[in-house]
Amino acid sequence: MISLLKAFLVGGILCVIGQILIDKTKLTSGRILVIYVCAGCILGALGIYKPLKEFGGAGATVPLTGFGYLLAEGVMKEVDSSGFWGIFTGGLKAASGGITAAVVFAFLVALVTNPKEK
Amino acid sequence: MDTSNRAKQEYDQMVKKASPNSPIFTNCVKAFFSGGLICGFGQLLLDYFSKTNSEDDAALMLSVTLIAISAVLTGFGLYEKMGKQCGAGTIVPITGFANSVVSPAIEFKKEGLIFGTGAKMFILAGPVIVYGTLTSMIVGIIYYFIGR
Amino acid sequence: MGAKKIGKQTVRLNEGVRIMSVASTVSKKESEGPLGKYFDKIIEDSMFGEKSWELAESHFIRENMELVVQKAGLKMKDMDYLLCGDLLNQCTASTFGTVDFQIPFFGLYGACSTMGESMSLGAMLIDGGFANYTLVGASSHFCGAEKQFRAPLSLGNQRPPTATWTVTGDGAAVLAKKGNFPCIMEITTGKIVDMGITDANNMGAAMAPAAVDVLVNHFKDTGRTPQDYDVIATGDLGEVGRSLVVALMKKEGYTMDGRYTDCGIEIFDKNAQDTHSGGSGCACSAVTFCAYFYPKLMNGEIGRMLFIPTGALHSPTSSQQGQNIPGIAHAVVIEGCGEKEARK
Repeated sequence: MISLLKAFLVGGILCVIGQILIDKTKLTSGRILVIYVCAGCILGALGIYKPLKEFGGAGATVPLTGFGYLLAEGVMKEVDSSGFWGIFTGGLKAASGGITAAVVFAFLVALVTNPKEK
Repeated sequence: MDTSNRAKQEYDQMVKKASPNSPIFTNCVKAFFSGGLICGFGQLLLDYFSKTNSEDDAALMLSVTLIAISAVLTGFGLYEKMGKQCGAGTIVPITGFANSVVSPAIEFKKEGLIFGTGAKMFILAGPVIVYGTLTSMIVGIIYYFIGR
Repeated sequence: MGAKKIGKQTVRLNEGVRIMSVASTVSKKESEGPLGKYFDKIIEDSMFGEKSWELAESHFIRENMELVVQKAGLKMKDMDYLLCGDLLNQCTASTFGTVDFQIPFFGLYGACSTMGESMSLGAMLIDGGFANYTLVGASSHFCGAEKQFRAPLSLGNQRPPTATWTVTGDGAAVLAKKGNFPCIMEITTGKIVDMGITDANNMGAAMAPAAVDVLVNHFKDTGRTPQDYDVIATGDLGEVGRSLVVALMKKEGYTMDGRYTDCGIEIFDKNAQDTHSGGSGCACSAVTFCAYFYPKLMNGEIGRMLFIPTGALHSPTSSQQGQNIPGIAHAVVIEGCGEKEARK
């Protein structure tokens, strides 16, 4: 139960930061996502995101910063295990599940649905 | 019409005054609760998946499940309705990433499965993958040379 | 200077050009707005039974143009010229909507000011003696415009309070030389005005200076004031743009009082329909004029009106390259039937 609350809190705060960015800077959602991934990746590399993840659980991994963190963790792990060439494979390897899922489900949904009016 | 730089600056001030601002406080409250709920739901799933799987596998299952749910909601036009209310609360979570892949895939279906759905799928999410990959490479390079 | 030109930007037509008939076809959302009961045709399904939004828009154009010609009691082959435009790339909605008509065609792009542009040119063609009848119009489609200019429809993003809602539909008119109909008397063609606005979610602010520019020049050229008109209606500035026009005109020394309205404000109920600043798109001014103002000109309720469709001349490419959003507006003076005696 406490883990649920922590996830709620951390996830909620990360979303509020995004909302402030949208309303104050007129950034579009696409730009917000880019900023979040890059920020998560950098914070992950600096070792700042890990404690947040340990505290917030899904609250830190579900927001797109978590995706960036995954990229940073993945590349560092791969460099540890396979050396220099891990730089090329580590990031996307860690993110491959999410990207594949997005592509597959997007394709399937697009096959069976049509554009709708708002 | 005076289009000098001074007039433009003056007009810019007039526009700022005339344009209502987004209700940022209400938006933030909505984003907090909706984003928090999605993450809380994620935590429930994560706890469930973790019972019988390794940490990495459970995390992957969580991502895939949330992406699938978001894809279906987008297909029914429901994610858009949530997004209107929740703002960043439904943009920032991975479900928002999935929504940004699924929505152009549907919208550009009429231009064909190859150059419509196939090509346009990443008009919004493409930059996320591009800059995510670039950042991870830089992290990898720095880590390889000085981090270890 | 041309014999019919008065002042810098205005022309005065010899005997005026008659607006013989008008027609408006809109979709569900427009029909639920305050003007719902005035439209000729309402198509509940905004896809109009077609495969894509783009084809749906063409369908709106085709049906509405056929209707307006029929309402004039004429045949399509009686039309000497067709002038119309839309918002889609290369005006393809107009192309595919009118290809079957087989009338000489001028495709127009004036963004949302297209109705003003087509009425101006259509009237000039008749006044110049080049045509007996011209068919003019403009169209837009919410979904097609969102897809091309903003984001996929199912993307979950928020529209800021300054955003406007593109009207789905087509407005068209048959212009003629003679007859007891509302009459186009003067035309003031607008210039492109760029006041440095870059926010694509604040079109009212981008277009308001162009409307003010054409208003001021119209008043200078004709020696009139806003008070010489019963109604002054801009195209799709919305609440934000209207308030900016009032403020800018005040600085120029003109009072824009209650007789000044905006078609984008008239067409939707912004609170009930969640359209934020108001309606927009080529169809906004076109269908509002045809459905709402024309009957009032016809029955003499409006003696003289100044109709000013407004447009934002940008493309997704120009916006992504960081260019400003320049505006344009065209003013058309239309006199109601009540004054036909004075005009003989």
